[in-house]
Amino acid sequence: MIERYIEQVSTYASDIDGLITLIGVIVGFWFVLVEVVFFGLIVAFREKKGVKAQYITGEEKHQKRWIGIPHELVLLCDIVIIIAAVRVWVNVKQTQPPAQETVRIIAQQWAWSFVHPGPDGKLDTADDIKTVDELHVKVNTVYHFKLEARDVLHSFSVPVFRLKQDAIPGRVITGWFKAKRTGVHDIQCVEICGIGHGLMPARILIQTPEEYGTWQAAQAATASK
Amino acid sequence: MAQPAEEHGHSHEGHDHAHGDDHAHGDHGAGHGGHHEEGFVKKYLWSCDHKMIAKQYMFTGMFMGIIGGFFSYAFRMQMAYPGHNVPGFGVVSPNEYNALITNHGTIMIFWLAMPVLIAAFGNFLIPLMLGCDDMVFPRINRLSYQIFLLSALVLIASWFVPGGGFGGAWTAYPPLSAKAQYNLTPLGSTLWVIAVALEFVAFLLGGINFVTTAMNSRAPGMKMFDIPMVVWMIVIASILFMGSVGPLVAGAVMLVFDQTVGTGFFDPVRGGDPILWQHLFWFFGHPEVYVVLLPAVGIVAEIITVFSRKKLFAYRTVLYTAFGTGILSFFVWAHHQFIAGIDPRMANVFTATTVLISIPIAEMMFVYVATLYGGSIRLTTPMLWALAFIAEFMIGGVTGIFLGASGSDIYFHDTYFVLAHFHYTFVPIAVIAVFAGFTYWFPKMFGKMMNETLGKIHFWGTILPFNGVFIPLFITGMGGDHRRIYNYQNFPELATQELANLRQFATVSLLILLAFQFVFFINLIISLLNGKAAGNNPWRANTLEWTTVSPPPHGNFAQLPTCYRGPYEYSVPGREEDFWPQDQAT
Amino acid sequence: MQKPIATLRSATGISTGKLAVWWVLASEIVIFGGLLCSYLMHRLGHPEFGDYAAHTNTTLGACNTFVLLTSSYFAVRAHFEAEHGRGPQAAKWLMATIGGALMFLCIKSYEWTHEIREGFTITRNAFWSFYYCAAGLHACHVIGGAIIMGIIAADAAKNRELQRVELVGIYWHFVDVVWIFLFPLLYIAK
Ligand code: HEA
Ligand code: HEA
Ligand code: CUA
Ligand SMILES: [Cu+2]
Repeated sequence: MIERYIEQVSTYASDIDGLITLIGVIVGFWFVLVEVVFFGLIVAFREKKGVKAQYITGEEKHQKRWIGIPHELVLLCDIVIIIAAVRVWVNVKQTQPPAQETVRIIAQQWAWSFVHPGPDGKLDTADDIKTVDELHVKVNTVYHFKLEARDVLHSFSVPVFRLKQDAIPGRVITGWFKAKRTGVHDIQCVEICGIGHGLMPARILIQTPEEYGTWQAAQAATASK
Repeated sequence: MAQPAEEHGHSHEGHDHAHGDDHAHGDHGAGHGGHHEEGFVKKYLWSCDHKMIAKQYMFTGMFMGIIGGFFSYAFRMQMAYPGHNVPGFGVVSPNEYNALITNHGTIMIFWLAMPVLIAAFGNFLIPLMLGCDDMVFPRINRLSYQIFLLSALVLIASWFVPGGGFGGAWTAYPPLSAKAQYNLTPLGSTLWVIAVALEFVAFLLGGINFVTTAMNSRAPGMKMFDIPMVVWMIVIASILFMGSVGPLVAGAVMLVFDQTVGTGFFDPVRGGDPILWQHLFWFFGHPEVYVVLLPAVGIVAEIITVFSRKKLFAYRTVLYTAFGTGILSFFVWAHHQFIAGIDPRMANVFTATTVLISIPIAEMMFVYVATLYGGSIRLTTPMLWALAFIAEFMIGGVTGIFLGASGSDIYFHDTYFVLAHFHYTFVPIAVIAVFAGFTYWFPKMFGKMMNETLGKIHFWGTILPFNGVFIPLFITGMGGDHRRIYNYQNFPELATQELANLRQFATVSLLILLAFQFVFFINLIISLLNGKAAGNNPWRANTLEWTTVSPPPHGNFAQLPTCYRGPYEYSVPGREEDFWPQDQAT
Repeated sequence: MQKPIATLRSATGISTGKLAVWWVLASEIVIFGGLLCSYLMHRLGHPEFGDYAAHTNTTLGACNTFVLLTSSYFAVRAHFEAEHGRGPQAAKWLMATIGGALMFLCIKSYEWTHEIREGFTITRNAFWSFYYCAAGLHACHVIGGAIIMGIIAADAAKNRELQRVELVGIYWHFVDVVWIFLFPLLYIAK
């Protein structure tokens, strides 16, 4: 359902969208069923002259069945939903494939700073490339990000990746993503962080290794000048 | 609030009869005093009478609801027409925007839903439905309202202090809420916490009365399963509230210390933990949503049985589902924190508990639908509201499952999908069920009937636009709109014409919705002034409040009733009448 | 104001007043429970809390435990007298209980003065914040309890509302029990 409104750019976006569709089908079925029965009964049992309502306690076995059977079916549906949800969750949040690249993301009131490894490929060395409100990544590469906050809570969200993670001052939170297509997309801050919360957008630039290499070289050159 | 002049006459009578009744049933009461004329202050402002306190809560809640609705008008206009002047408000600045949504959420939950659904209906109905003359502790009851009023005044005051009202969202996550240097509202944020804490105290005090009255003061003969469902629900809700709010009361104290004294409970730099607040908040926050849900569901149970002339299908099952929901609700809180940095393994547990809570609630809904079967349904205004509650709440309920599933919540968290989800639960509760209850018990409260035609115009004028507001917001949420953003133009992917159109559609629907609220207030005023006299039991209902005059006098009943059967004996075979009041021996 | 009939009914067989007291206690238990759980979570995550706790005065804390337990015993005596309809005696025992409360508060203020002098203020670190918060909240309950006991003792001396002596006793035992949790958590577990 979601892909109609927003592209799938990370490897796990389709898993998440698939889960949403699955839940949509299951609860959609129940929803329609209950509403149809509900309106059907209202129409069928409108007040009629001379017809008295029936006396049904709902306490007898054959009556309780009408509640009991749906009850068990809902339980069954719940189990399916839980299993599907946990599978996606474990893949996206609980486990991480080995990193090919690592970036540091720092949120503060009201800007994003990104630290990319320099030509040496390592973070926290002298040649790191720092940018503000612009994250550069290579396509088809497993990235680990180290998310930090300077002051209050923020939340790092890339809707096209279906990725979201709160940033907490005093902690470094690691997560991962792998972009499967090049392009330029929004990064949002989705945790209220004060007056400028609505002014905290950033952009993610997903580039081919060549483009990325050129950008990196140019940055390294300006830095050494 | 026109009270007929003969009230005191009745009161006098009630006094004598109560005495007789008293001895017959082994109560050793002194009966009720009240021979002298009460002054205005004593009667309206300083009353210990549960019905007056109920009205005080009702009208305070209504007043706050109007403010909360006005706030939603102001910020929705800003969202649809960013930067434009909002008629009646002015241009909405970013910090005003934050203060508006924060206080909108806070007001709607704590100063509209809670006082009206629990305190107003609870105060009005519990003594009347149980067949006694008042709450067990009238003075604690009065104190509860006074603290509540104070809390409302503190909240209102917080908007006018230097720096303005608090804008850190109703969830008030620290460090933003804890430090003035971050939220820039040094006074507003402290007053906000104090107001909320006072409100909690008021409801803890109120709960004493609700629970003890229901346990101890039932009419002779009224057994556990003869108690009307709405009373059960309000009592369970009070217990749920009491069981969950404690840690947040402690948390509020800690937050105020962080703000004013400079402690570091939630400050990571000083060894504190910001996530701790989230746990304290949601450990309360999630049960809280069922605290307001249950009374609403109780109101709906009363109304659909009366207007379909049916016994409630499987009374005990409804009760057990309420218990089940209540118990489970203590184990789901972290579904608000899936991506907040908690241990990812914990999310799996909370996904399971959260999705499983659909079972008791689904069962409750099935029971209500089953109750309609074989009925003789009359679509009066209260019935329309009650049926609309079921139909609309279902949307809110099933969309909760998308959020409870941890995998999909990664995407939906803090988007407008969440927002639409909870407005589809809260508006049915705090608006639809409130109007259902209000129109249903209005004749008893004021002795007058409301106008049905105006009532139905108001109903359709609210229900249709309500869907027009929030269906589009589900879609913007799926498109990536996130919450608490005063202007989406700053996000290129959200600045599209398609999304902007949806936002405008929602806002225009809201304007229509608000316009139709005037119909309600007109109806309210003309019905109060010259509505048709209601008589004791206009709806031909069974429960005890309908056996006394409308409005009930001081002391409630001329003679305290005895209860002979359950509350839902409608259309019993072999009886001439299709109802059988609880106090009739045969 | 006269009591409504509702107050005098008792469908459960338990008096309304007692139900109300249990309700108050239950809500208090969750409040203190929340505070103590928060403290425990911090404590488990911060081993250094043990070192800070070493600066508390365990001897005086133990003294206070003893004072509170003794005062609880007085409350039991007050209840016993009230049961037998001896209001004035009950009032005397209640006064003794209040004496215990005052003693507790005196010791507490002595402790706090010392600690604050040594620089262990509420803003020093998370341990001391919890220390003052939890003990302070408890002290508020001690003060509140003492005031209520005073009012009830005045009534009891005139043989009025004797059932309330038992109710305030229950509350007082609760205040006592809270301290029994606070004492090891804040003072001893180093
Ligand atoms: C009264 C209000 C109310 C109610 C009743 C509910 C009910 C539910 N809520 Fe909702 N919720 C809120 C108010 C409410 N919620 C609020 C205010 C927030 C946001 C707070 C904030 O961040 O500001 C929120 C947020 C929220 C989140 C967090 C989202 C996020 O921030 O990321 C989640 C996640 O699990 C959730 C889940 C649920 C679930 C599973 C239910 C369930 O109880 C629903 C159960 C009902 C049904 C499922 C329908 C009936 C069943 C059937 C028709 C049978 C078929 C069903 C199946 C087969 C499953 N809610
Ligand atoms: C009970 C809860 C409740 C109710 C009823 C509402 C009602 C409405 N809400 Fe609200 N809302 C919240 C709870 C509620 N909301 C919460 C908790 C938040 C989150 C805040 C945060 O993020 O911190 C929120 C946030 C929120 C936002 C998000 C802002 C943002 O994130 O940027 C929006 C946006 O459209 C919105 C819109 C509306 C609208 C259009 C209504 C309309 O339905 C309003 C129409 C108003 C009325 C129809 C009032 C009628 C009632 C009466 C007059 C009382 C009658 C009384 C008696 C008869 C006794 N709400
Ligand atoms: Cu940063 Cu919101
Ligand atoms: Cu929840």
